[in-house]
Amino acid sequence: MQLPDGRHVPDLRLDPSRVERCRALADAVTAPVLELVQRHTTVSIERTVLRLYGMDDADASGVPLVNRAVDALQARGLLDRGAAYWRGYVLRGGPAEPAAVVERLAALPPHPAPLAEAEERELRADLRREARARVDALLDRVRRRNALRDELGVGASPLRYVIVATGNIHDDVEQARAAAQAGADVIAVIRSTAQSLLDYVPHGATTEGYGGTYATQENFRIMREALDDESRRLRRYVHLTNYSSGLCMPEIAFAAAWERLDMLLNDAMYGILFRDINMRRTLCDQHFSRRVCALADVVIHTGEDNYITTADADEAAHTVIASQFVNESFAHRAGLPDRLVGLGHAFEIDPAREDTIARELAQALLVRTLFPGAPIKYMPPTKHKQGDIFFSHAYDVMADVVAAVTGQGIQLLGMMTEAMHNPLLMDRYVALKTSAYVARAWRSMGAELALRPGGLVERRANETLAKALALLEEVAADGLMRAIGEGRFADIARTEDGGKGLAGVVPRGPAYFNPLLEIMETR
Amino acid sequence: MTVGGEPGQVVRPYGDRRDDGVVQLSFVLPVPADERARAAAAEVARRMGLEQVQIAAMEPAADRYTFFVVYGRTSAAVDYGALQVAERPVRRKGFDELNALALREVGRRIVVLGACTGSDAHAVGIDAIMNMKGFAGDPGLERYPCLDARNLGAQVENAALARLCAERRADAVLVSQVVTQRDVHKENARRLVEELERLGIRKEITAILGGPRIDHRLALELGYDAGFGPGTRPSEVATFIVGAVLRRMGKELH
Repeated sequence: MQLPDGRHVPDLRLDPSRVERCRALADAVTAPVLELVQRHTTVSIERTVLRLYGMDDADASGVPLVNRAVDALQARGLLDRGAAYWRGYVLRGGPAEPAAVVERLAALPPHPAPLAEAEERELRADLRREARARVDALLDRVRRRNALRDELGVGASPLRYVIVATGNIHDDVEQARAAAQAGADVIAVIRSTAQSLLDYVPHGATTEGYGGTYATQENFRIMREALDDESRRLRRYVHLTNYSSGLCMPEIAFAAAWERLDMLLNDAMYGILFRDINMRRTLCDQHFSRRVCALADVVIHTGEDNYITTADADEAAHTVIASQFVNESFAHRAGLPDRLVGLGHAFEIDPAREDTIARELAQALLVRTLFPGAPIKYMPPTKHKQGDIFFSHAYDVMADVVAAVTGQGIQLLGMMTEAMHNPLLMDRYVALKTSAYVARAWRSMGAELALRPGGLVERRANETLAKALALLEEVAADGLMRAIGEGRFADIARTEDGGKGLAGVVPRGPAYFNPLLEIMETR
Repeated sequence: MTVGGEPGQVVRPYGDRRDDGVVQLSFVLPVPADERARAAAAEVARRMGLEQVQIAAMEPAADRYTFFVVYGRTSAAVDYGALQVAERPVRRKGFDELNALALREVGRRIVVLGACTGSDAHAVGIDAIMNMKGFAGDPGLERYPCLDARNLGAQVENAALARLCAERRADAVLVSQVVTQRDVHKENARRLVEELERLGIRKEITAILGGPRIDHRLALELGYDAGFGPGTRPSEVATFIVGAVLRRMGKELH
């Protein structure tokens, strides 16, 4: 099979009717969720709308103004009309300066006097016009990013992705530049542990974090500017990614889009299963954030790789495939074209077993074949990494080989010290040097290899697809939320009204108004 | 030579010949790769006490960073028998091993509640220990089939937490304290123990304290059964809990 980027991968014979059925079932799974999403908004969605209007500062104690504004509206039971509306309402005859807007929102009575019809119409028209102008400014920034990328060109696929995670954005910059010089195509700034559970986006440049660096708009700006500079020096565009996940998915998507990030991790299932975030909340947030990514041409990465870091990678391979179909459907419903849907998976089968390469190859090729237009994101071994860094390095090389042969799109490089600490500078260097060797050495082998008909790889891929189909039948029959409740993904069960953040979900009222959503839905 | 710690037995690294003292190491220096960098790397190794230093690899890892692989011989030698080895707490058990052992020996799921108590809103620590995802590749307590673990999140009142411990007949309670201004963490931590005593369940429950400024000794002083500091893995806590429950049943964790 030839991929859109020109690479060839071995042909994998699959039953097309099965694949078609998987897609139809995934659409059936996501349809009722979309209905739910369309009936609700969340505090984070409303905060995003206010950020669009330029409310991106924090008060003296560091609380973001958007949190103060939206909390005030929610306390008064007014959020069902949308924060944009109330912003317009208090703007009449007052200064537009954000801190003053917050004060006036906080002073609203529980039942503000309704406006005359003409005034109401004019207010909405003004808000729409202002939103349009801000979206145009955002799209200008996106165009600037894409122009630089087109001018400089990008590295060969798979794009090689490494992480920095010092906790200090300025140290992150130094390490990101060094990684780019050593050949990295994508820099991911890992977030501070459990930032996903904060119901606000921290403000400003940060120099302290636990196990990572806080995702803030200012940190995004600092890193993207440094990488622009480094990209120009290297004459090769270096991408930046971060996490639009957790309780602030939509806000982070917006801040990242504004600061010209290229990619974002974005997966409601990850938050539900691994961070115990309420499913209604995060499914609403995911849809909105994916619409932002579609608007700003940002590649999303989904988190199926995480399933097999908890459940057994060999036994749970089909859950990855089933979830990818669901994620693809959610992404399409949010307006994302295939080229922006970076479905995730991983090389994680226990290396102590036999014939693991046949199974890893089958899985990687299956994902590649099922989603030919998507920039598939391949994650390295983590779960079975050892303190023996020499063994771990050899283990990573196997993943590099599978990635090369199966035409992966974005490859997170394994670090030989994975089980020990955040990557040292030399760990990244060695990983980049070695993966470059593998890519060079295996350049044409994807086109040369043919799988034995009825052999181990082909059988395994078809078995996995059949099991994924069976799982999707069950999920479609039960509904996604009940399926999650029964622990069908990653062996983890969550309930519809459990988890964090449910209080931030608000049914939209009949007069709900969200000009950003209108623009994104009618593109 | 006999195995084990014979008095007077001196050991040194063994590369190619006994007692040759050969070690390999790698590091990065934040300078461009040139002869001065090579000399600097060799000097670093010599100052570490290595002799016959060989720079086996010098590669530019980035514009201003150079990667080295270095070999050398150390004269360091250790009297193996005379070493004073500190007694270790219970060895951390593997995930499957601990689950199998606990389900077999305890015969039911162990109920664990966790929270950040009082005014502390920093759930980073309790989440790292409790959440399914865990920390540093070590799965969190929610993931253990032998545990019925529930993370109550941040800003949980001490009295409410103690009440819940009684209602759910919890075997263990985990308290995380991150904020330490004016010793607020100590006062807050003590209050939970007082509440547990007031409800008469202190002896039936293992109380565990954790946080960046917590150590085992401080936790004991505050009336807890154990304290865990920064870098603690969930499996260490899980092993401790299973051990404590078994001790209350008159059994030992081996």
